[in-house]
Amino acid sequence: MKQLVVLSGKGGTGKTTVTAALAHLASKDLSIVLADGDVDAANLELVLEPTKLEEHDFRSGKRAVIDSNRCTACGVCETVCRFDAIHPPTETPFSYAYQVEALSCEGCASCFYQCPEDAIRMEEQLAGRWFRSDSRFGPLFHAHLFAGQENSGKLVTLVKQQGRLLASDTDAKLLLVDGPPGIGCPVISASAGADVALLVVEPTVAGAHDLERVLGTTEHFGVPALVIINKADLNEGRSQEVADFCAERGIEVVGRIPYDTVVTEAMVQGRPVTAYVDGAVSAALRDVWERVKARLALEA
Amino acid sequence: MIITVASGKGGTGKTTVAVSLALSLASEEPILLDCDVEEPNAALFLNPTIEAHREVGQMIPSVDLDACTACGRCAEVCQYNAIAVVGENVLIFPELCHGCGSCTLNCPTEAITEVLDVTGVIERGRNGRVQFAQGILNVGEAMAVPVISQLKRWAIPSSTGERPVILDAPPGNACPVVEAMHGADFVLLVTEPTPFGLHDLKQAVEVARDEMGLPVGVIINREGVGDQGVDAYCEAEDVPILMRIPIERRIAEAYSEGVPLVDALPAYRERFRRLYADIGQLVNGSKEGER
Repeated sequence: MKQLVVLSGKGGTGKTTVTAALAHLASKDLSIVLADGDVDAANLELVLEPTKLEEHDFRSGKRAVIDSNRCTACGVCETVCRFDAIHPPTETPFSYAYQVEALSCEGCASCFYQCPEDAIRMEEQLAGRWFRSDSRFGPLFHAHLFAGQENSGKLVTLVKQQGRLLASDTDAKLLLVDGPPGIGCPVISASAGADVALLVVEPTVAGAHDLERVLGTTEHFGVPALVIINKADLNEGRSQEVADFCAERGIEVVGRIPYDTVVTEAMVQGRPVTAYVDGAVSAALRDVWERVKARLALEA
Repeated sequence: MIITVASGKGGTGKTTVAVSLALSLASEEPILLDCDVEEPNAALFLNPTIEAHREVGQMIPSVDLDACTACGRCAEVCQYNAIAVVGENVLIFPELCHGCGSCTLNCPTEAITEVLDVTGVIERGRNGRVQFAQGILNVGEAMAVPVISQLKRWAIPSSTGERPVILDAPPGNACPVVEAMHGADFVLLVTEPTPFGLHDLKQAVEVARDEMGLPVGVIINREGVGDQGVDAYCEAEDVPILMRIPIERRIAEAYSEGVPLVDALPAYRERFRRLYADIGQLVNGSKEGER
């Protein structure tokens, strides 16, 4: 089984559009499993019309909770907290006890160990939910990280591992992962173990800048990269710069997708663009899939 | 007034809005902070002169093995499995450490001191009357939050008074976004009128308004693509739509070349000043609502 992750560095360059199209095209050739690795802005389900089969809690991380009846307001907890998560008693709403600001608490338990009154306990957090679904193109693992939660990397890893397990159980040939933007912990989690990272770049100053950083990240972790230039004709000069940069670094550009409003129309209709209309965008994406398939040495 | 520009979904125009707002308010000497430390792009549009920079990261434990008795207490209290005691040796995993200092406080023989593990840099400078600062996470590092929090501490004066402070947040809805919103007076959410934009906007409203209790408003960028879902949602949720930027090829082209919107289309300067005034009224209104 091969693992392909779609990344971009910069957000909004078309990762999910590309992933959905590849899911559609790949599923015609071979059996695939899908995972949405962008757990704090998960959009793949919007174009795959999945049917949820299973739903699970994602418990992760702890938060400090202060027992207001035991707290003597000595303030030790506030002193040891390095995350500005503990605040003194307030007049309104009236409180005798110190208070924890849940979103700032990192669950380090430093206050728990230092409280002389044993007034603090650590409570495990329900940080999100994850799902196994059936989609038109194969099983989909996806998740929803609750607002503002930490540990998105852990949830990405969980979703991906579930996908891997099912893929190997069912002898699927490809695990296709829609990655998050950026270069930090969720990206590292989404890329771990990938055979190839497909980087979706837009031909802008910002897109080129971010490509360099995400490429640095995939190289750092030893994942070979391929590049797609999306909306390539919006700025031919910048597209050529991206292509030249890739040539210098020995990175294959596997496609140049033209700008077309059909991409958004397909999204509004909740379908992958390749399943929505047969035009220049779909033709370019079919070519991308052929090249990716060849690179991954996948046989139909 | 501190305004955080966020979005949920990436690529909706956060940086375009943050930079344009700062440039439009130049006479008020605004401070613009690029808090998207994984992929900082605001400097590409603002072209600031960088005047100062420093390395940042987190404080990680360093163990004096002469004083250490290998009792294992540090490993026991660490919630992140960042310390392991193996025989007489103490192993430290910097990439797992959150820099909380609990191990230092709990060590019975005071064998632990803390040293800076560098994970990024923060920079400060200006372009004309716009003060600028940005954080840059080193490639290969996982944790964005410490870089963002140190950037904010370094670049935002303790009392900002009337001065506009504009924070360009990272995409998503997880902890780095919370850090960028923390302490803001207002959260400006830039979205596009598509199902993806709407889906992620809803979560951003949940974080900013419902979890953090901050007043929010929306800018619809690329008006004219997609559908009416964002409009319907904002009306139902009573979220004010403060500006609409139409989908236009010349805006996209200026963006692609790193030209700020208000330089390409100077008429937008007045619109952004108006936006700032509107936000001021909303912030005052919500403060009065609290009283």
